[in-house]
Amino acid sequence: MSQTFDDISHQLKRRHRKSARLKWMSMGALGLAGLFLLWFFSDMLNKGLPAFQQAYVQAEMHYSEEASKDGRKAIDKALVPVVSRTEVRGIPLMLRNNPDMIGDRETRWLLANSQVDQYLKDHRHKLSGNEVATVDNLVESGQVALKFNRAFFTQGDSKIAESAGILSAVVGTVMTMIVTLAIAFPIGVMTAIYLEEFAPDNRFTQAIEININNLAAIPSILFGLLGLAIFINFFGVPRSSPLAGGMTLALMTLPVIIISTRTALRSVPDSIRHAAFGVGCSRWQVVRDHVLPLAMPGIMTGSIIGLAQAMGETAPLIIVGMVAFIPDVGASFTNAATVLPAQIFTWASEPDQAFVEKTAGGILVLLSILIFLNASAVVLRKKFERRW
Amino acid sequence: MNSQAPQFSQQMAPTAGQPYTRNEQACHDLSIRVRDLNLWYGKNQALKNLNIDLFQKNVTALIGPSGCGKSTFLRCLNRMNDLIPSVHTEGLVEMDGRDVNAAKMDEVALRRRVGMVFQKPNPFPKSIYENVAYAPRMHDLVSRKVEQDELVEKALRDAGLWQEVKDKLQEPGTSLSGGQQQRLCIARAIAVQPDVILMDEPTSALDPISTATIEDLMDKLKEQFTIITVTHNMQQAARVADYTAFFHLGEIIEYNDTKVMFSTPAKKKTEDYISGRYG
Amino acid sequence: MQTNQLLLIFCTVLLLLGLVAFFVGRKKASRVRASGAAMYAQPDQYAWFAVLSTAGPAVLVGAVGSFALLLLGADIPPLYLLAASLVVAAAGLAVGVTQVKPQFHARQAIERVIRWILAGAALISIFTTFGILFSIISEALRFFQMHSFWDFITGTTWNPGASFLASAGRGDGGGAEFGSVPLFAGTFMITLIAMLVAVPVGLMSAIYMSEYAPRRVRTIAKPVLEVLAGIPTVVYGFFAAITVAPIIVNIAGFFGLDASYNNAVAPGVVMGIMIIPFISSLSDDVINAVPDSMRQGSLALGMTKGETIRDVVIPAALPGIISASLLGMSRALGETMIVVMAAGMRPNLTANPLEDMTTVTVRIVAALTGDQEFASAETLSAFALGLVLFAVTLTLNLVSVLMIRRFREKYRVNNL
Repeated sequence: MSQTFDDISHQLKRRHRKSARLKWMSMGALGLAGLFLLWFFSDMLNKGLPAFQQAYVQAEMHYSEEASKDGRKAIDKALVPVVSRTEVRGIPLMLRNNPDMIGDRETRWLLANSQVDQYLKDHRHKLSGNEVATVDNLVESGQVALKFNRAFFTQGDSKIAESAGILSAVVGTVMTMIVTLAIAFPIGVMTAIYLEEFAPDNRFTQAIEININNLAAIPSILFGLLGLAIFINFFGVPRSSPLAGGMTLALMTLPVIIISTRTALRSVPDSIRHAAFGVGCSRWQVVRDHVLPLAMPGIMTGSIIGLAQAMGETAPLIIVGMVAFIPDVGASFTNAATVLPAQIFTWASEPDQAFVEKTAGGILVLLSILIFLNASAVVLRKKFERRW
Repeated sequence: MNSQAPQFSQQMAPTAGQPYTRNEQACHDLSIRVRDLNLWYGKNQALKNLNIDLFQKNVTALIGPSGCGKSTFLRCLNRMNDLIPSVHTEGLVEMDGRDVNAAKMDEVALRRRVGMVFQKPNPFPKSIYENVAYAPRMHDLVSRKVEQDELVEKALRDAGLWQEVKDKLQEPGTSLSGGQQQRLCIARAIAVQPDVILMDEPTSALDPISTATIEDLMDKLKEQFTIITVTHNMQQAARVADYTAFFHLGEIIEYNDTKVMFSTPAKKKTEDYISGRYG
Repeated sequence: MQTNQLLLIFCTVLLLLGLVAFFVGRKKASRVRASGAAMYAQPDQYAWFAVLSTAGPAVLVGAVGSFALLLLGADIPPLYLLAASLVVAAAGLAVGVTQVKPQFHARQAIERVIRWILAGAALISIFTTFGILFSIISEALRFFQMHSFWDFITGTTWNPGASFLASAGRGDGGGAEFGSVPLFAGTFMITLIAMLVAVPVGLMSAIYMSEYAPRRVRTIAKPVLEVLAGIPTVVYGFFAAITVAPIIVNIAGFFGLDASYNNAVAPGVVMGIMIIPFISSLSDDVINAVPDSMRQGSLALGMTKGETIRDVVIPAALPGIISASLLGMSRALGETMIVVMAAGMRPNLTANPLEDMTTVTVRIVAALTGDQEFASAETLSAFALGLVLFAVTLTLNLVSVLMIRRFREKYRVNNL
């Protein structure tokens, strides 16, 4: 007779404890990963949300003759150290363009100096004791207040923290993505159609397949080297332009689009193809009229995910020079431009404390766009998901 | 334990769970007693009011058409059904005076005493030696390397595999042929020295020669273990089993001495099945 | 005339010719059909064939001509090229329209062309790989003409400081040294830290998701983990530099250790977090693909669930897990933004992760963002470093692919 249940259970106690430990450890690991994510997002929100608010100063403007030479003369002397330099600097130009305004008076909200802004947000600042007292007084009288930061969304980059905005980067991103998608989407879908529907299963096809999988895993910075050496130095595409950046990113996005398109095409059951062949369609007609429409949601989902990936990419763009300082919104695919992640990168290397929140603010904008893109990909997939 | 079973005359209806006829040569010590066992997959009842006494050191075959619940019943005996979340069991499965389904019963301890061999051979991705040595080592059945070597050799000999693998013990278990793999799985099961070995259609994935080897093996192993086997193959049941239970639609229609059942079945349904009218 | 004006003329004329081809072709085809002849294809298909035969050869001639003109420096006046391609277009139009006759198989002809276009698209991915290889190797070779390959591989000092003077014609560049050992040491240190974070957390998460978690938790946890991989690396870089690095410095200070703000731990840990989903996701798939019969075989021997996972499931899934880790490692080696923003710039050969050290990718970026001449040794060194990076990541990727293929064949799973 072998051991009784009780004997065995007794021996098992230690082993059961060990087994339970593995369960708790694995659960802990997942929890830890979740915690990282939570920490990351709360840190970003904490640092970035203040960027959407900005200190503004209410000032009595007096556009005197002197003000058309020196903008500082237009405002109360006491306010000069508090108001942003960019506001003051623009006044002479404005008066020169509209000479009939000279002599006018008005009350306006002006951008405050970044130091005032940082002080109001309880961040590190460089205001002297006197200036702090002035600001405190102004806050009490309601002349200085935190308001929604319009400049952040309506202006380009600036070396002066309070008037630096993301507009030129957003426009640059949109232009770069247009180039990327215009190249990667058709080529990617065509490649996938060829491999999935037309290609014979031979060495050459396998080579293309291995090559595509490999391209998907190559470090992105190497695509930057390719862009620099081939597109810029060899073909003479203008450096820093959305064209150069977009082409480089297109090559990077290509494998993502190819792989997801192939999956989408593969998920269309062969019975559909056979039915179409059965009514006398040619191979191309089968693909164009039957397979492709059914695979479209999957292709779109994959392309959006690829686009989101390209949108967050920075390293290859730095290599092709898209970290330029771009204060004005670009208008051409061949002019120097910057993109959102590159803007984040340049701001992150600014020494000024005020740029930390700008950076985090830019990050929040970028993350929101990416979350929106990915969420729409998920919704698209859910909506059109079909079980065959 | 109920070892003093009353003698039955042929064709007399027995009490619940007892076979209709006793095999004269067989051992009649009770191994597992099942009373009013019901089992549901979600809302589908798969086993209905099963009563059966399974005897030690016998081969009991469970036969019946596919989907009749014989494999499900087999998996109740070592609670492998626990792995399926939707399964719900009621009733008594008693072994060694303990309710197997009780909350207090440690299913790991139970499986330690009720081993199992599966339909498809499933050796671990380890060497032949490790496949056999792993479980006894974990169960502290061996403490020294020499003991372990001896145990592995004994288990492989008992499983009739020793001659074929003694020179390649370090090769992966998956390098063996299907029949050899299945015998390796049997060696693995007997190495932990269980009381009962459950076999779930152990030969259905094998060729006829391997099947014959395993059937011979079952005949030898019943000297040490209680063997309960599910089979699709009625000839196999007739060849290896001392007792046979016929399952149909989740019920035990007939439980009898194998020879009696195959010559003079007590129930019409059994006769129809055995004579091949359905199945 | 300007090139883009020429291009504009070319496109306009071609568009017009194409429209003419379409309508003439269709009209002729309809006429032929109306006359009662049985045709192989629809009128529209003949029309499209006419368009193709007009535009195809013309674009080809234009492209080949401008390629020769721009890149090979052939002496062809652009105006002649324009004229030649337009003549070809007109000829194509004539041919296309005359081909509209019942015996001609227009649809097959079109589909042959389509097939070639599709195959051409598929070739672009091959061109990309060759483009990367070609661009990196050719520039790297130029670098190795200036500095010896041996010094590059074994040198322990990376000091490109004086090289730009040499390329500007001042000094001989003698002070410049390109020994890449410290860069690779830094890269491997940071990768090691990343793997120390990512492999245990990723693997354990995968075990929880595939073996323990209820279905609902799994369907939520997996995409949430994927978010970690979707966060742009520049964002991680900022997080590592601004948030994590000071924490590391404080912790080190608490233990009386002196840590640099550009220490290797911060980028390493953050990179590890980024890689977690690469490892957890693939490992989870692989563990799920381990046949259930393995688990049942082990449980039936009286093993606990933990022992089953540790001794049976994980060893069975090991090739896939290693493959996932190699992919993650390749990702870490080539990761740029996190190290550019959070690691140091100073090549530093040390085993202390609390010191600042730099990596291959940091030096590539540094070499290419300065204002040097492109032909300077420092700029070219970026390509030499890129070449090594390419070779290493390619090897890792290929080994990873081979391992996962072996796993797939062993258990006959197709969806990995």
